[in-house]
Amino acid sequence: MLDEIIIAGFGGQGILLMGRLIAHAGMLEGKNVAWMPSYGPEMRGGTANCTVIISSEEVASPVVSNPITLIAMNQASLDKFEPLVEKEGIIILNKSLISRDVNRDDLEVIKVPANDIANELGNLRVANMVVLGSYIAKRRTVKMETIVMVLEETLGEKSEKMIALNKEALKRGEKIVTE
Amino acid sequence: MVERLLMKGNEAIGEAAIHAGCRYYFGYPITPQSELTAYMARRLLKIEGAAFIQSESEIAAINMVYGAAAAGGRVMTSSSGPGISLKQEGISYLACAELPCVIVNMMRGGPGLGSIQPAQGDYFQATKGGGHGDYHLIVLAPSSVQELVDLTIKAFDLADKYRNPAMILGDGLLGQMMEPVQFKEFQKERIPSKEDWALGSCQGRKPRRIVPFNLDPDELEKIVNKIGRKYEDLPKEVQYEVVNMDDPDIVVVAYGTVARVVKTVIQKGKKEGINIGLIRPITLYPFPYAVINDAANRVKQILVAEMSLGQMVEDVKLAANGKSKVFFYGRTGGVVISPVEIWEEVKKILNQN
Repeated sequence: MLDEIIIAGFGGQGILLMGRLIAHAGMLEGKNVAWMPSYGPEMRGGTANCTVIISSEEVASPVVSNPITLIAMNQASLDKFEPLVEKEGIIILNKSLISRDVNRDDLEVIKVPANDIANELGNLRVANMVVLGSYIAKRRTVKMETIVMVLEETLGEKSEKMIALNKEALKRGEKIVTE
Repeated sequence: MVERLLMKGNEAIGEAAIHAGCRYYFGYPITPQSELTAYMARRLLKIEGAAFIQSESEIAAINMVYGAAAAGGRVMTSSSGPGISLKQEGISYLACAELPCVIVNMMRGGPGLGSIQPAQGDYFQATKGGGHGDYHLIVLAPSSVQELVDLTIKAFDLADKYRNPAMILGDGLLGQMMEPVQFKEFQKERIPSKEDWALGSCQGRKPRRIVPFNLDPDELEKIVNKIGRKYEDLPKEVQYEVVNMDDPDIVVVAYGTVARVVKTVIQKGKKEGINIGLIRPITLYPFPYAVINDAANRVKQILVAEMSLGQMVEDVKLAANGKSKVFFYGRTGGVVISPVEIWEEVKKILNQN
Protein backbone atom coordinates (compact mmCIF):
# COMPACT_ATOMS: atom_id res chain seq x y z
CA MET A 1 0.00 0.00 0.00
CA LEU A 2 1.45 3.33 -1.05
CA ASP A 3 -1.39 5.63 -0.08
CA GLU A 4 -5.09 5.83 0.68
CA ILE A 5 -6.26 9.38 0.21
CA ILE A 6 -9.52 11.15 0.87
CA ILE A 7 -9.82 14.50 -0.88
CA ALA A 8 -12.74 16.64 0.26
CA GLY A 9 -14.07 20.13 -0.23
CA PHE A 10 -16.83 22.19 -1.88
CA GLY A 11 -18.23 21.14 -5.24
CA GLY A 12 -16.40 23.28 -7.80
CA GLN A 13 -13.01 23.24 -6.06
CA GLY A 14 -11.74 20.62 -8.46
CA ILE A 15 -11.77 17.86 -5.88
CA LEU A 16 -12.59 15.01 -8.26
CA LEU A 17 -10.05 16.22 -10.84
CA MET A 18 -7.28 16.28 -8.24
CA GLY A 19 -8.03 12.67 -7.39
CA ARG A 20 -8.20 11.61 -11.01
CA LEU A 21 -4.82 13.18 -11.79
CA ILE A 22 -3.20 11.22 -8.96
CA ALA A 23 -4.91 7.98 -10.02
CA HIS A 24 -4.06 8.45 -13.70
CA ALA A 25 -0.42 9.28 -12.94
CA GLY A 26 -0.20 6.24 -10.66
CA MET A 27 -1.55 4.02 -13.43
CA LEU A 28 0.96 5.38 -15.95
CA GLU A 29 3.72 4.56 -13.47
CA GLY A 30 2.54 0.96 -13.42
CA LYS A 31 0.85 1.02 -10.03
CA ASN A 32 -2.56 -0.32 -9.10
CA VAL A 33 -5.04 2.49 -8.58
CA ALA A 34 -8.70 3.07 -7.81
CA TRP A 35 -10.66 6.32 -7.78
CA MET A 36 -14.04 6.50 -6.13
CA PRO A 37 -16.14 9.65 -6.15
CA SER A 38 -19.00 10.58 -3.89
CA TYR A 39 -22.07 10.86 -6.08
CA GLY A 40 -25.70 11.80 -5.76
CA PRO A 41 -27.47 14.65 -3.98
CA GLU A 42 -24.44 15.48 -1.83
CA MET A 43 -22.71 16.57 -5.04
CA ARG A 44 -25.30 19.23 -5.78
CA GLY A 45 -23.99 22.49 -4.39
CA GLY A 46 -22.68 20.85 -1.26
CA THR A 47 -19.54 18.95 -0.48
CA ALA A 48 -17.64 16.72 -2.84
CA ASN A 49 -15.15 14.07 -1.93
CA CYS A 50 -13.28 11.25 -3.55
CA THR A 51 -11.10 8.39 -2.46
CA VAL A 52 -7.90 7.47 -4.28
CA ILE A 53 -5.93 4.32 -3.60
CA ILE A 54 -2.44 3.77 -4.99
CA SER A 55 -0.87 0.43 -4.30
CA SER A 56 1.85 -1.90 -5.44
CA GLU A 57 -0.55 -4.80 -4.75
CA GLU A 58 -4.09 -5.54 -5.91
CA VAL A 59 -6.49 -2.87 -4.65
CA ALA A 60 -8.87 -4.67 -2.30
CA SER A 61 -11.63 -2.52 -0.78
CA PRO A 62 -12.28 0.61 -2.84
CA VAL A 63 -13.99 1.97 0.26
CA VAL A 64 -11.57 3.46 2.76
CA SER A 65 -12.69 3.88 6.36
CA ASN A 66 -9.41 5.35 7.60
CA PRO A 67 -7.33 7.24 5.04
CA ILE A 68 -3.58 7.62 5.43
CA THR A 69 -3.76 11.06 3.84
CA LEU A 70 -6.55 13.62 4.08
CA ILE A 71 -6.63 16.61 1.79
CA ALA A 72 -9.17 19.02 3.28
CA MET A 73 -10.04 21.94 1.04
CA ASN A 74 -12.54 23.53 3.45
CA GLN A 75 -13.49 23.56 7.12
CA ALA A 76 -16.47 21.19 6.80
CA SER A 77 -14.22 18.55 5.24
CA LEU A 78 -11.70 18.81 8.05
CA ASP A 79 -14.49 18.51 10.63
CA LYS A 80 -15.90 15.45 8.91
CA PHE A 81 -12.73 13.51 8.13
CA GLU A 82 -10.15 14.52 10.76
CA PRO A 83 -11.27 11.85 13.25
CA LEU A 84 -10.97 9.14 10.58
CA VAL A 85 -7.35 9.65 9.50
CA GLU A 86 -4.98 6.79 10.43
CA LYS A 87 -2.57 7.38 13.31
CA GLU A 88 0.73 8.80 12.02
CA GLY A 89 -1.19 9.90 8.93
CA ILE A 90 -1.05 13.25 7.21
CA ILE A 91 -3.54 16.07 6.86
CA ILE A 92 -2.92 18.60 4.13
CA LEU A 93 -5.31 21.46 4.63
CA ASN A 94 -6.25 24.58 2.76
CA LYS A 95 -5.23 27.23 5.31
CA SER A 96 -7.01 29.96 3.35
CA LEU A 97 -10.42 28.49 4.21
CA ILE A 98 -9.68 26.70 7.48
CA SER A 99 -9.14 28.93 10.48
CA ARG A 100 -8.95 26.31 13.21
CA ASP A 101 -6.04 24.08 14.15
CA VAL A 102 -6.11 20.33 13.80
CA ASN A 103 -7.24 18.81 17.11
CA ARG A 104 -5.24 15.58 16.91
CA ASP A 105 -1.57 15.41 17.82
CA ASP A 106 -0.86 11.92 16.47
CA LEU A 107 -0.44 12.95 12.85
CA GLU A 108 1.43 15.39 10.64
CA VAL A 109 -0.24 18.57 9.42
CA ILE A 110 0.72 20.61 6.39
CA LYS A 111 -0.99 23.95 5.99
CA VAL A 112 -1.20 25.33 2.49
CA PRO A 113 -2.63 28.81 1.85
CA ALA A 114 -4.00 27.51 -1.43
CA ASN A 115 -6.59 30.15 -2.23
CA ASP A 116 -4.16 32.99 -1.41
CA ILE A 117 -1.48 31.52 -3.66
CA ALA A 118 -4.02 30.86 -6.42
CA ASN A 119 -5.23 34.45 -6.17
CA GLU A 120 -1.64 35.68 -6.39
CA LEU A 121 -1.33 33.66 -9.58
CA GLY A 122 -4.48 35.38 -10.84
CA ASN A 123 -6.88 32.44 -10.91
CA LEU A 124 -8.64 31.04 -7.84
CA ARG A 125 -9.47 27.86 -9.72
CA VAL A 126 -5.90 26.57 -9.49
CA ALA A 127 -6.06 26.33 -5.69
CA ASN A 128 -6.47 22.57 -6.13
CA MET A 129 -3.22 22.39 -8.12
CA VAL A 130 -1.36 24.24 -5.36
CA VAL A 131 -2.49 21.63 -2.83
CA LEU A 132 -1.75 18.83 -5.29
CA GLY A 133 1.81 20.17 -5.59
CA SER A 134 2.18 20.04 -1.81
CA TYR A 135 0.73 16.52 -1.71
CA ILE A 136 3.18 15.16 -4.27
CA ALA A 137 6.17 16.87 -2.67
CA LYS A 138 5.21 15.38 0.67
CA ARG A 139 4.07 11.88 -0.26
CA ARG A 140 6.01 11.20 -3.50
CA THR A 141 3.53 8.45 -4.45
CA VAL A 142 3.73 9.64 -8.05
CA LYS A 143 6.29 11.75 -9.86
CA MET A 144 5.66 15.41 -10.58
CA GLU A 145 6.61 14.84 -14.24
CA THR A 146 3.87 12.26 -14.59
CA ILE A 147 1.27 14.58 -13.06
CA VAL A 148 2.33 17.33 -15.48
CA MET A 149 2.08 14.88 -18.38
CA VAL A 150 -1.45 13.85 -17.38
CA LEU A 151 -2.39 17.48 -16.81
CA GLU A 152 -1.21 18.43 -20.29
CA GLU A 153 -3.24 15.58 -21.74
CA THR A 154 -6.33 16.56 -19.72
CA LEU A 155 -6.14 20.24 -20.58
CA GLY A 156 -5.20 19.27 -24.15
CA GLU A 157 -7.52 21.58 -26.07
CA LYS A 158 -7.12 24.50 -23.70
CA SER A 159 -4.49 27.20 -24.10
CA GLU A 160 -0.83 26.82 -23.25
CA LYS A 161 -1.40 29.66 -20.81
CA MET A 162 -3.67 27.44 -18.73
CA ILE A 163 -1.11 24.65 -18.69
CA ALA A 164 1.63 27.07 -17.64
CA LEU A 165 -0.60 28.48 -14.89
CA ASN A 166 -1.40 25.00 -13.56
CA LYS A 167 2.28 24.05 -13.61
CA GLU A 168 3.15 27.21 -11.71
CA ALA A 169 0.47 26.40 -9.13
CA LEU A 170 1.90 22.90 -8.69
CA LYS A 171 5.37 24.38 -8.19
CA ARG A 172 4.18 26.87 -5.59
CA GLY A 173 2.49 24.06 -3.66
CA GLU A 174 5.63 21.97 -3.88
CA LYS A 175 7.67 24.83 -2.39
CA ILE A 176 5.47 24.95 0.72
CA VAL A 177 6.76 21.48 1.58
CA THR A 178 10.34 21.64 0.32
CA GLU A 179 11.31 25.07 1.68
CA MET B 1 1.34 -5.07 -24.12
CA VAL B 2 -2.23 -3.88 -24.38
CA GLU B 3 -2.59 -0.27 -23.24
CA ARG B 4 -4.05 0.39 -19.77
CA LEU B 5 -6.83 2.95 -19.70
CA LEU B 6 -8.31 4.64 -16.65
CA MET B 7 -12.06 4.21 -17.05
CA LYS B 8 -15.23 4.66 -15.06
CA GLY B 9 -17.06 1.36 -14.53
CA ASN B 10 -20.20 2.38 -16.41
CA GLU B 11 -18.20 3.58 -19.42
CA ALA B 12 -16.04 0.45 -19.38
CA ILE B 13 -19.18 -1.70 -19.74
CA GLY B 14 -20.17 0.35 -22.77
CA GLU B 15 -16.79 0.01 -24.43
CA ALA B 16 -16.70 -3.71 -23.63
CA ALA B 17 -20.12 -4.19 -25.23
CA ILE B 18 -19.01 -2.45 -28.41
CA HIS B 19 -15.81 -4.46 -28.31
CA ALA B 20 -17.92 -7.64 -28.17
CA GLY B 21 -19.84 -6.63 -31.27
CA CYS B 22 -22.88 -5.02 -29.63
CA ARG B 23 -24.31 -2.56 -32.13
CA TYR B 24 -27.74 -1.92 -30.61
CA TYR B 25 -28.49 -0.21 -27.32
CA PHE B 26 -31.85 0.90 -26.02
CA GLY B 27 -32.26 2.43 -22.60
CA TYR B 28 -33.45 5.17 -20.34
CA PRO B 29 -31.09 6.99 -17.95
CA ILE B 30 -31.18 6.38 -14.21
CA THR B 31 -28.55 6.98 -11.53
CA PRO B 32 -26.13 5.29 -10.86
CA GLN B 33 -25.72 3.92 -14.39
CA SER B 34 -26.54 6.91 -16.62
CA GLU B 35 -22.95 7.23 -17.84
CA LEU B 36 -23.43 3.92 -19.65
CA THR B 37 -26.43 5.21 -21.60
CA ALA B 38 -24.52 8.42 -22.39
CA TYR B 39 -21.44 6.47 -23.48
CA MET B 40 -23.45 4.26 -25.83
CA ALA B 41 -25.05 7.36 -27.35
CA ARG B 42 -21.65 8.92 -28.00
CA ARG B 43 -20.05 5.78 -29.41
CA LEU B 44 -22.83 3.99 -31.30
CA LEU B 45 -23.93 7.04 -33.24
CA LYS B 46 -20.47 7.09 -34.85
CA ILE B 47 -20.62 3.44 -35.94
CA GLU B 48 -22.24 2.78 -39.30
CA GLY B 49 -25.29 0.53 -39.08
CA ALA B 50 -25.45 0.78 -35.30
CA ALA B 51 -28.50 2.04 -33.41
CA PHE B 52 -28.90 3.92 -30.15
CA ILE B 53 -32.29 4.95 -28.85
CA GLN B 54 -33.06 6.74 -25.61
CA SER B 55 -36.48 5.22 -25.31
CA GLU B 56 -39.55 6.84 -23.78
CA SER B 57 -39.51 4.28 -20.97
CA GLU B 58 -37.72 1.20 -19.70
CA ILE B 59 -40.61 -0.94 -20.96
CA ALA B 60 -40.15 0.41 -24.47
CA ALA B 61 -36.39 -0.21 -24.23
CA ILE B 62 -36.68 -3.88 -23.31
CA ASN B 63 -39.16 -4.48 -26.12
CA MET B 64 -36.78 -2.81 -28.57
CA VAL B 65 -34.20 -5.28 -27.27
CA TYR B 66 -36.63 -8.09 -28.17
CA GLY B 67 -36.84 -6.77 -31.72
CA ALA B 68 -33.11 -6.37 -32.25
CA ALA B 69 -32.36 -9.76 -30.67
CA ALA B 70 -34.99 -11.45 -32.87
CA ALA B 71 -33.26 -9.92 -35.89
CA GLY B 72 -29.99 -11.53 -34.73
CA GLY B 73 -28.12 -8.50 -33.41
CA ARG B 74 -25.97 -8.27 -30.31
CA VAL B 75 -28.06 -5.94 -28.16
CA MET B 76 -27.90 -4.43 -24.70
CA THR B 77 -30.01 -2.42 -22.29
CA SER B 78 -29.14 -1.15 -18.84
CA SER B 79 -30.78 0.39 -15.82
CA SER B 80 -30.90 0.26 -12.05
CA GLY B 81 -33.48 -0.85 -9.45
CA PRO B 82 -36.83 0.66 -10.45
CA GLY B 83 -35.96 0.59 -14.15
CA ILE B 84 -35.02 -3.09 -14.02
CA SER B 85 -38.35 -3.84 -12.33
CA LEU B 86 -40.15 -2.14 -15.21
CA LYS B 87 -38.28 -4.34 -17.69
CA GLN B 88 -39.32 -7.63 -16.06
CA GLU B 89 -42.26 -8.43 -18.33
CA GLY B 90 -40.06 -7.99 -21.37
CA ILE B 91 -37.26 -10.05 -19.84
CA SER B 92 -39.68 -12.94 -19.28
CA TYR B 93 -40.77 -12.63 -22.95
CA LEU B 94 -37.13 -12.71 -24.09
CA ALA B 95 -36.48 -15.84 -22.04
CA CYS B 96 -39.57 -17.59 -23.45
CA ALA B 97 -38.65 -16.63 -27.01
CA GLU B 98 -35.05 -17.78 -26.32
CA LEU B 99 -33.57 -14.48 -27.40
CA PRO B 100 -29.99 -13.62 -26.41
CA CYS B 101 -29.29 -10.16 -25.00
CA VAL B 102 -27.39 -8.48 -22.19
CA ILE B 103 -29.15 -6.54 -19.45
CA VAL B 104 -27.07 -4.47 -17.03
CA ASN B 105 -28.32 -3.70 -13.52
CA MET B 106 -26.11 -1.36 -11.49
CA MET B 107 -27.93 -1.90 -8.22
CA ARG B 108 -29.01 0.96 -5.96
CA GLY B 109 -30.80 1.08 -2.64
CA GLY B 110 -34.33 -0.30 -2.65
CA PRO B 111 -37.15 -1.19 -2.36
CA GLY B 112 -39.28 1.41 -4.09
CA LEU B 113 -37.60 4.45 -5.54
CA GLY B 114 -35.13 3.74 -2.73
CA SER B 115 -31.84 5.60 -2.86
CA ILE B 116 -29.15 6.04 -5.49
CA GLN B 117 -26.29 4.64 -3.41
CA PRO B 118 -24.79 1.15 -3.96
CA ALA B 119 -26.74 -1.94 -2.87
CA GLN B 120 -27.18 -5.64 -3.60
CA GLY B 121 -30.88 -6.04 -2.89
CA ASP B 122 -31.76 -7.22 -6.41
CA TYR B 123 -30.11 -10.64 -6.00
CA PHE B 124 -33.42 -12.48 -5.73
CA GLN B 125 -34.88 -10.57 -8.66
CA ALA B 126 -31.85 -11.35 -10.83
CA THR B 127 -31.24 -14.99 -9.95
CA LYS B 128 -34.69 -16.36 -9.11
CA GLY B 129 -36.72 -15.08 -12.03
CA GLY B 130 -37.87 -11.52 -11.50
CA GLY B 131 -40.46 -11.75 -14.22
CA HIS B 132 -43.23 -14.33 -14.40
CA GLY B 133 -42.93 -17.95 -15.44
CA ASP B 134 -40.33 -20.70 -15.50
CA TYR B 135 -37.04 -19.08 -16.47
CA HIS B 136 -33.65 -17.94 -15.25
CA LEU B 137 -31.21 -15.32 -16.39
CA ILE B 138 -27.51 -16.06 -16.66
CA VAL B 139 -26.22 -13.70 -13.95
CA LEU B 140 -22.62 -12.46 -13.72
CA ALA B 141 -21.33 -10.41 -10.78
CA PRO B 142 -18.18 -8.36 -11.45
CA SER B 143 -16.13 -6.84 -8.66
CA SER B 144 -13.71 -4.56 -10.49
CA VAL B 145 -13.76 -2.34 -13.54
CA GLN B 146 -11.60 -4.86 -15.42
CA GLU B 147 -14.13 -7.55 -14.58
CA LEU B 148 -16.96 -5.32 -15.79
CA VAL B 149 -15.16 -5.45 -19.13
CA ASP B 150 -14.37 -9.17 -19.14
CA LEU B 151 -17.79 -10.26 -17.89
CA THR B 152 -19.71 -7.98 -20.25
CA ILE B 153 -17.93 -9.69 -23.15
CA LYS B 154 -18.58 -13.07 -21.56
CA ALA B 155 -22.26 -12.21 -21.01
CA PHE B 156 -22.71 -11.68 -24.76
CA ASP B 157 -20.98 -14.99 -25.49
CA LEU B 158 -23.05 -16.94 -22.95
CA ALA B 159 -26.30 -15.29 -24.04
CA ASP B 160 -25.62 -16.35 -27.64
CA LYS B 161 -24.45 -19.82 -26.65
CA TYR B 162 -27.58 -20.59 -24.61
CA ARG B 163 -29.98 -18.27 -26.43
CA ASN B 164 -30.96 -16.80 -23.10
CA PRO B 165 -30.83 -13.26 -21.67
CA ALA B 166 -27.76 -12.62 -19.51
CA MET B 167 -27.48 -10.03 -16.77
CA ILE B 168 -24.52 -8.07 -15.43
CA LEU B 169 -25.34 -7.52 -11.77
CA GLY B 170 -23.12 -4.70 -10.53
CA ASP B 171 -23.73 -1.88 -8.10
CA GLY B 172 -23.51 1.89 -8.04
CA LEU B 173 -20.02 1.88 -6.59
CA LEU B 174 -18.60 -0.27 -9.41
CA GLY B 175 -20.36 1.92 -11.94
CA GLN B 176 -18.97 5.16 -10.55
CA MET B 177 -15.41 4.16 -9.72
CA MET B 178 -12.40 4.42 -12.02
CA GLU B 179 -9.75 1.74 -12.37
CA PRO B 180 -7.24 0.77 -15.04
CA VAL B 181 -8.64 -1.56 -17.71
CA GLN B 182 -7.32 -3.43 -20.70
CA PHE B 183 -9.22 -4.55 -23.77
CA LYS B 184 -7.80 -7.69 -25.27
CA GLU B 185 -8.29 -8.31 -28.96
CA PHE B 186 -11.76 -9.63 -29.74
CA GLN B 187 -12.15 -12.24 -32.47
CA LYS B 188 -15.29 -11.52 -34.43
CA GLU B 189 -15.55 -15.20 -35.31
CA ARG B 190 -16.57 -15.75 -31.71
CA ILE B 191 -20.03 -14.42 -32.49
CA PRO B 192 -22.02 -17.46 -33.62
CA SER B 193 -24.08 -17.38 -36.78
CA LYS B 194 -27.78 -16.87 -36.08
CA GLU B 195 -28.91 -17.60 -39.62
CA ASP B 196 -30.71 -20.78 -38.61
CA TRP B 197 -33.13 -19.03 -36.29
CA ALA B 198 -33.04 -15.22 -36.52
CA LEU B 199 -35.55 -13.19 -38.49
CA GLY B 200 -34.69 -10.86 -41.33
CA SER B 201 -35.29 -11.33 -45.01
CA CYS B 202 -37.05 -14.64 -45.64
CA GLN B 203 -36.17 -14.57 -49.34
CA GLY B 204 -35.33 -18.11 -50.34
CA ARG B 205 -36.58 -19.70 -47.14
CA LYS B 206 -39.81 -20.31 -45.28
CA PRO B 207 -41.04 -17.45 -43.10
CA ARG B 208 -40.27 -17.78 -39.38
CA ARG B 209 -41.78 -16.32 -36.30
CA ILE B 210 -40.33 -15.72 -32.85
CA VAL B 211 -43.05 -15.49 -30.23
CA PRO B 212 -43.10 -15.66 -26.44
CA PHE B 213 -46.19 -17.88 -26.18
CA ASN B 214 -47.97 -21.05 -27.18
CA LEU B 215 -51.60 -21.37 -26.22
CA ASP B 216 -51.54 -25.17 -26.38
CA PRO B 217 -50.36 -26.33 -22.91
CA ASP B 218 -48.67 -29.46 -24.28
CA GLU B 219 -46.76 -27.40 -26.82
CA LEU B 220 -45.79 -24.73 -24.27
CA GLU B 221 -44.63 -27.47 -21.91
CA LYS B 222 -42.27 -28.71 -24.64
CA ILE B 223 -40.88 -25.19 -25.06
CA VAL B 224 -40.41 -24.67 -21.33
CA ASN B 225 -38.82 -28.10 -20.92
CA LYS B 226 -36.36 -27.23 -23.68
CA ILE B 227 -35.50 -24.02 -21.85
CA GLY B 228 -35.19 -26.03 -18.63
CA ARG B 229 -32.61 -28.33 -20.20
CA LYS B 230 -30.39 -25.31 -20.85
CA TYR B 231 -30.42 -24.56 -17.14
CA GLU B 232 -29.38 -28.13 -16.44
CA ASP B 233 -26.36 -27.53 -18.68
CA LEU B 234 -25.43 -24.18 -17.17
CA PRO B 235 -23.51 -25.40 -14.08
CA LYS B 236 -20.54 -26.13 -16.34
CA GLU B 237 -20.19 -22.37 -16.77
CA VAL B 238 -19.80 -21.77 -13.01
CA GLN B 239 -17.06 -19.28 -12.20
CA TYR B 240 -15.78 -18.16 -8.81
CA GLU B 241 -12.66 -16.88 -7.07
CA VAL B 242 -11.21 -18.35 -3.90
CA VAL B 243 -8.71 -16.51 -1.70
CA ASN B 244 -6.77 -17.86 1.27
CA MET B 245 -8.72 -21.15 1.30
CA ASP B 246 -5.86 -23.49 2.29
CA ASP B 247 -6.65 -23.72 5.99
CA PRO B 248 -9.13 -21.00 6.95
CA ASP B 249 -10.54 -20.46 10.46
CA ILE B 250 -13.67 -19.03 8.88
CA VAL B 251 -14.92 -18.60 5.32
CA VAL B 252 -16.65 -15.48 4.06
CA VAL B 253 -18.87 -15.70 0.98
CA ALA B 254 -19.44 -12.37 -0.76
CA TYR B 255 -19.83 -11.09 -4.31
CA GLY B 256 -19.16 -7.84 -6.14
CA THR B 257 -18.04 -4.81 -4.15
CA VAL B 258 -18.44 -6.57 -0.80
CA ALA B 259 -15.96 -9.29 -1.83
CA ARG B 260 -13.33 -6.59 -2.28
CA VAL B 261 -14.04 -5.24 1.18
CA VAL B 262 -13.51 -8.80 2.47
CA LYS B 263 -10.08 -8.92 0.77
CA THR B 264 -9.01 -5.99 2.95
CA VAL B 265 -10.29 -7.88 6.01
CA ILE B 266 -8.24 -10.95 4.97
CA GLN B 267 -5.07 -8.81 5.09
CA LYS B 268 -6.04 -7.53 8.54
CA GLY B 269 -6.69 -11.11 9.68
CA LYS B 270 -3.22 -12.20 8.55
CA LYS B 271 -1.64 -9.52 10.74
CA GLU B 272 -3.74 -10.58 13.72
CA GLY B 273 -3.28 -14.32 13.27
CA ILE B 274 -6.77 -15.15 11.98
CA ASN B 275 -7.03 -17.00 8.68
CA ILE B 276 -10.03 -15.74 6.77
CA GLY B 277 -10.96 -17.49 3.53
CA LEU B 278 -13.06 -15.95 0.77
CA ILE B 279 -15.29 -17.58 -1.79
CA ARG B 280 -16.45 -15.03 -4.33
CA PRO B 281 -19.17 -16.23 -6.70
CA ILE B 282 -18.60 -14.64 -10.12
CA THR B 283 -21.55 -16.41 -11.71
CA LEU B 284 -24.58 -15.97 -9.43
CA TYR B 285 -26.66 -18.08 -11.79
CA PRO B 286 -25.37 -20.74 -12.18
CA PHE B 287 -24.43 -20.53 -8.49
CA PRO B 288 -21.16 -22.18 -7.30
CA TYR B 289 -22.86 -24.65 -4.92
CA ALA B 290 -20.10 -27.28 -5.13
CA VAL B 291 -17.18 -25.16 -3.94
CA ILE B 292 -19.23 -23.85 -0.99
CA ASN B 293 -20.38 -27.37 -0.13
CA ASP B 294 -16.76 -28.47 -0.13
CA ALA B 295 -15.82 -25.56 2.17
CA ALA B 296 -18.67 -26.48 4.52
CA ASN B 297 -16.98 -29.87 4.97
CA ARG B 298 -13.81 -28.15 6.15
CA VAL B 299 -14.86 -25.17 8.29
CA LYS B 300 -17.35 -24.81 11.11
CA GLN B 301 -18.45 -21.29 10.26
CA ILE B 302 -19.37 -19.52 7.07
CA LEU B 303 -20.19 -15.81 7.07
CA VAL B 304 -22.18 -14.34 4.20
CA ALA B 305 -21.83 -10.57 3.76
CA GLU B 306 -24.16 -8.68 1.45
CA MET B 307 -25.45 -5.16 0.93
CA SER B 308 -28.99 -6.40 1.55
CA LEU B 309 -31.10 -7.94 4.31
CA GLY B 310 -29.79 -11.35 3.26
CA GLN B 311 -30.54 -12.90 -0.13
CA MET B 312 -27.53 -14.86 -1.42
CA VAL B 313 -27.28 -16.29 2.10
CA GLU B 314 -30.17 -18.60 1.16
CA ASP B 315 -28.14 -20.15 -1.67
CA VAL B 316 -25.12 -20.46 0.61
CA LYS B 317 -27.27 -22.31 3.17
CA LEU B 318 -28.49 -24.64 0.42
CA ALA B 319 -24.89 -25.24 -0.60
CA ALA B 320 -23.65 -25.79 2.97
CA ASN B 321 -26.56 -28.17 3.49
CA GLY B 322 -26.33 -28.05 7.27
CA LYS B 323 -22.69 -29.11 7.35
CA SER B 324 -21.50 -25.82 8.80
CA LYS B 325 -23.14 -22.89 10.54
CA VAL B 326 -24.02 -20.06 8.16
CA PHE B 327 -24.02 -16.53 9.59
CA PHE B 328 -25.11 -13.34 7.89
CA TYR B 329 -24.00 -9.72 8.05
CA GLY B 330 -25.62 -7.06 5.90
CA ARG B 331 -26.13 -3.34 5.44
CA THR B 332 -28.89 -2.08 3.23
CA GLY B 333 -30.52 1.05 1.88
CA GLY B 334 -27.38 2.12 0.01
CA VAL B 335 -24.89 1.81 2.89
CA VAL B 336 -21.62 0.18 1.83
CA ILE B 337 -20.20 -2.33 4.32
CA SER B 338 -16.84 -1.19 5.71
CA PRO B 339 -13.86 -3.50 6.37
CA VAL B 340 -14.13 -2.71 10.11
CA GLU B 341 -17.69 -4.04 10.28
CA ILE B 342 -16.81 -7.38 8.67
CA TRP B 343 -13.71 -7.69 10.85
CA GLU B 344 -15.79 -7.16 14.02
CA GLU B 345 -18.34 -9.70 12.81
CA VAL B 346 -15.63 -12.30 12.10
CA LYS B 347 -14.16 -11.83 15.59
CA LYS B 348 -17.61 -12.05 17.19
CA ILE B 349 -18.38 -15.34 15.42
CA LEU B 350 -14.99 -16.87 16.25
CA ASN B 351 -15.24 -15.82 19.92
CA GLN B 352 -18.72 -17.25 20.36
CA ASN B 353 -18.04 -20.58 18.73
